[in-house]
Amino acid sequence: MAAKDLAIEVRTKESINAAGAFSIAILLIFSFAFDPFSDSMHEFAGGLLWIAFAFAGALVFNRGFARELPNECLDALLSSPLSASSLVLGKALANFVMLIAVELISLFVFGIFYNINWVKHPWALAATLALATWGIAVLGSVFGAMTVNLRLRELMLPVIIYPLLIPLLIGAIEFTTILLGVDPIASSDWLWPKLLLLYDVVFTAVSILLADTILVN
Amino acid sequence: MGTDAIAVRQLWKYYGDYPALREITLDIAQGSCCALLGRNGAGKTTLLRILAGLSPYQQGEVNLFGQSPRGRGARRTAGFLGHGIGVYEDLTATENLAFFARVHGLSDVSATVARWLKRVGLERVAKMPVRQFSRGMRQRLALARAFQHAPQVLLLDEPFTSLDDKAIAMLSELLTEARLRGATIVLSTHQLREALAIASDVALIENGKLRYSGERTPEMLSDPTLLYRLHTELGAD
Repeated sequence: MAAKDLAIEVRTKESINAAGAFSIAILLIFSFAFDPFSDSMHEFAGGLLWIAFAFAGALVFNRGFARELPNECLDALLSSPLSASSLVLGKALANFVMLIAVELISLFVFGIFYNINWVKHPWALAATLALATWGIAVLGSVFGAMTVNLRLRELMLPVIIYPLLIPLLIGAIEFTTILLGVDPIASSDWLWPKLLLLYDVVFTAVSILLADTILVN
Repeated sequence: MGTDAIAVRQLWKYYGDYPALREITLDIAQGSCCALLGRNGAGKTTLLRILAGLSPYQQGEVNLFGQSPRGRGARRTAGFLGHGIGVYEDLTATENLAFFARVHGLSDVSATVARWLKRVGLERVAKMPVRQFSRGMRQRLALARAFQHAPQVLLLDEPFTSLDDKAIAMLSELLTEARLRGATIVLSTHQLREALAIASDVALIENGKLRYSGERTPEMLSDPTLLYRLHTELGAD
């Protein structure tokens, strides 16, 4: 499922081009709002990055299930032995890969335009990106499935998802700010990745349990 | 005929307050070909979608070989061809068939795909994206997609509609082969002659109710509108 979506994306580049351009545009615009070379930039860096990633993510997961609507491909999938949960998780995995690609490009641009050293804690940052992005991807897929047949899908999906993403984004912003900051990581700071992990586990379980109900019922 | 492949008991389906299907009870024997007839809005597509596990229902019982239509076992044995062709525009013919072959758990994907592309006359455009296909080519690819996993139950929603002559001949051939290997076929159609020519049984739905179900008779074959005149309130069109 994920391989199929990624093959289509490599060929069309619909989501990645739009999300990448949007993310970079947000970062550039904010470089005019804030002094990117100020010493206090690291206090805003986490929030700035995750605002860009979260809003760019909407462009990725909006396309997720919409891709199945032409030619009634969703019916062909749902009438096949593929479980609804495999369908949703496959979409989430494809969205995850696309979002990570956008984030890596954005981080590179971020490093050029802002006075931030984002390679100070590379593994911790990579883990934070992975955990938070999976949360965004799986939530985007679950609600993408839920809204796939709505007329105002592109409008409804972000409206529903962003409030639910608040805990995840808080955890991602806080820990990313710590990682990009000047102070060493305190033991209490590891609470944030644990929050991200818990969020991922909960919403992945929810997506597996509710996939059939969401897509068929 | 053998045991029932499809058993429907007291089925009710509502869209909001509107009863799209009312108290449908229908048995379709294994190996039979049932033509599901009725006017637009009668409930044919709704019934087929329920049998394919695509739509829930509010009352009654539906089984495919003793399993719920949403069950994995039922979906493994069924092949569904709805109004849409069910293939991806941005993938090639080969990629589409390979994807659905894997989804259906077929073992020798490459050989199956190559065989079916040849079967439906698309081997020369195997690597072309579906987006560049003509209408007739898309229809033939859709047939390959629905038939390549040799389903034991075929659920076809107006399969002859918008097909060109070549595709109609291909579909008729595929249906005949499917019957010979013992598959059970349910097809809804407005094209009475084509359907009655291949059907062994007929079910007529009007306003969500089953008006007639039984064997296709020689009289129906010679006068396709007979069923409508005898069993519906408005008679044939």
